[in-house]
Amino acid sequence: MRTFYAILRRELYVYFCSPIAYVVTTIFLVLSGYLFYSAFAYFSMISMQAMRMPGIDGINVTEMVLNPMFANMSVIMLLMMPLLTMRLFAEEKKAGTLELLLSYPVRETELLLGKFAACLVVFFVMLALTWLYPIFLWLFAKPDSGAIFSGYLGLFLMGAAFIALGLLVSSLTENQIVAAVISFGAILMFWLIGWSETFVGPSLGKVLSHLSLLDHFEGFARGVIDSRDVIYYIDFCILFLFMTMRSLESKKWRG
Amino acid sequence: MIQVDHLSKYFGTIPAVQDISFRVEKGEIVGFLGPNAAGKTTTIRMLNGFFPPTSGSARIDGLDVFDRSLEIRRRLGYLPENIPLYKEMRTDAYLGFVADVKGVPRKELPKEVDRVTERCGLHEVRKQFVGKLSKGFQQRVGIAQAILNDPDILILDEPTIGLDPKQIIEIRELMKSFAGYKTVILSSHILPEVSMICQRVVIMNEGRIVAEDTPEGLAGKDSRKILLQVKGPRADVLARIEALPGIAGASVRDTSADHTFQYDLEMEPGRDVRDAIAESVVGGGWSLLEMKTIRPSLEDIFVRLVTEEE
Repeated sequence: MRTFYAILRRELYVYFCSPIAYVVTTIFLVLSGYLFYSAFAYFSMISMQAMRMPGIDGINVTEMVLNPMFANMSVIMLLMMPLLTMRLFAEEKKAGTLELLLSYPVRETELLLGKFAACLVVFFVMLALTWLYPIFLWLFAKPDSGAIFSGYLGLFLMGAAFIALGLLVSSLTENQIVAAVISFGAILMFWLIGWSETFVGPSLGKVLSHLSLLDHFEGFARGVIDSRDVIYYIDFCILFLFMTMRSLESKKWRG
Repeated sequence: MIQVDHLSKYFGTIPAVQDISFRVEKGEIVGFLGPNAAGKTTTIRMLNGFFPPTSGSARIDGLDVFDRSLEIRRRLGYLPENIPLYKEMRTDAYLGFVADVKGVPRKELPKEVDRVTERCGLHEVRKQFVGKLSKGFQQRVGIAQAILNDPDILILDEPTIGLDPKQIIEIRELMKSFAGYKTVILSSHILPEVSMICQRVVIMNEGRIVAEDTPEGLAGKDSRKILLQVKGPRADVLARIEALPGIAGASVRDTSADHTFQYDLEMEPGRDVRDAIAESVVGGGWSLLEMKTIRPSLEDIFVRLVTEEE
């Protein structure tokens, strides 16, 4: 447990003593802030018009601002998370520090979970800073606080899944750019895999839709916390962490 | 303490280390000597459990280094070849991290970090970033992390490579100070270094051990050459000496003044004919000015051993 904390602290130190965490967080906030502003401004324009024209009904701040806000944030995460995860193992493999680290009495599980937790903390800080948006919303409107909570829960679970996948890819290469490109591609593939649902037939379509990172998020964005979706993201993390574990151990049996 | 039996490592079909066996006793400083790609680093990596051997076994304190990896790693300090340190950390933070990971008891952690800082002369750079330190200081940080938590065994891969002469001397002094109470395996391709620090030398070439002895022993085995200086006619002296039993060859080296010549003699292995040489020179009525056994340097032995097989 102590090794886990030591590794977690060191990884956090690297994230916050180098520009990585600041740059990624800033860019994430700028982009999500801009998209939130656009959605909010558009919403206020529509509601102004609706006031002058009686008969238009069902204008809903949750559906028009919150829902797109979560969807937008998930897309920006898709672009940003590989940049946070790419260095986790690739950097250490390239510099040779992994060899030295593994010469200490460190278990692979502690190493892996330490790095996973550190990245999760950075991601959590990044996400926590976007709380400003719902607070702005509360100042001027009455959003559904349940939907806000479920949206954030969904984003957090999805981000954890991205990190688990990024860790695996980073453990497979010593080149950080290769790690970033492959994790981006893999996440995008898992994201879009549900699209083929409509033309591959009902049985396979259901499987593909269930695999999709995006399809499981839609419920959270609307304010529905479905245990199936929660379990999907947790399973996704466990599977990819397990595979990373195997990838780290593979040096023991690979020629 | 360290016991290696018929250890081999193949990368695919390429052999890196083939069937090596050796022992290292407690408190010994052993040098691994060999040209680049001789299998030194591969052997070292197997000893610290970085990868398993293809066949054979390595044991430390009777425990298999691979099956009992975690226990072995607690007793072992390691410095890889190119000193891979966390360059973005300050020296004291870095050493603190290593002490933490190595499981130094929490209460003793600051004391232990202070101890290695003092031992390796890092006091003046403890607040500086590791990456900004000179190569010599980085090397010392590397040794400092290896001796943290006071392991019984130190494995140092090319610890003096790329340093300037003054730094090399400092690092050597540090390593000499481990003699007697730490078991040290040191790899190097710098021969004088090994002969200076190590009590025993293992010479490797192309994945095999070609010789294993003390530096003196290695040199002694080879001392078959004699330098002779005699005042007297060259041809007569040469003829007489060559006729002696046990002399494999003789040649004139150079002419000095007053009919004095230097001769290089080679003895047949296992025979000492120095007194016969002296007798025959004096018996011939010439003056024996100098006779000395030439001890080959470790370089000579090394080059001979490494090129012999080809």
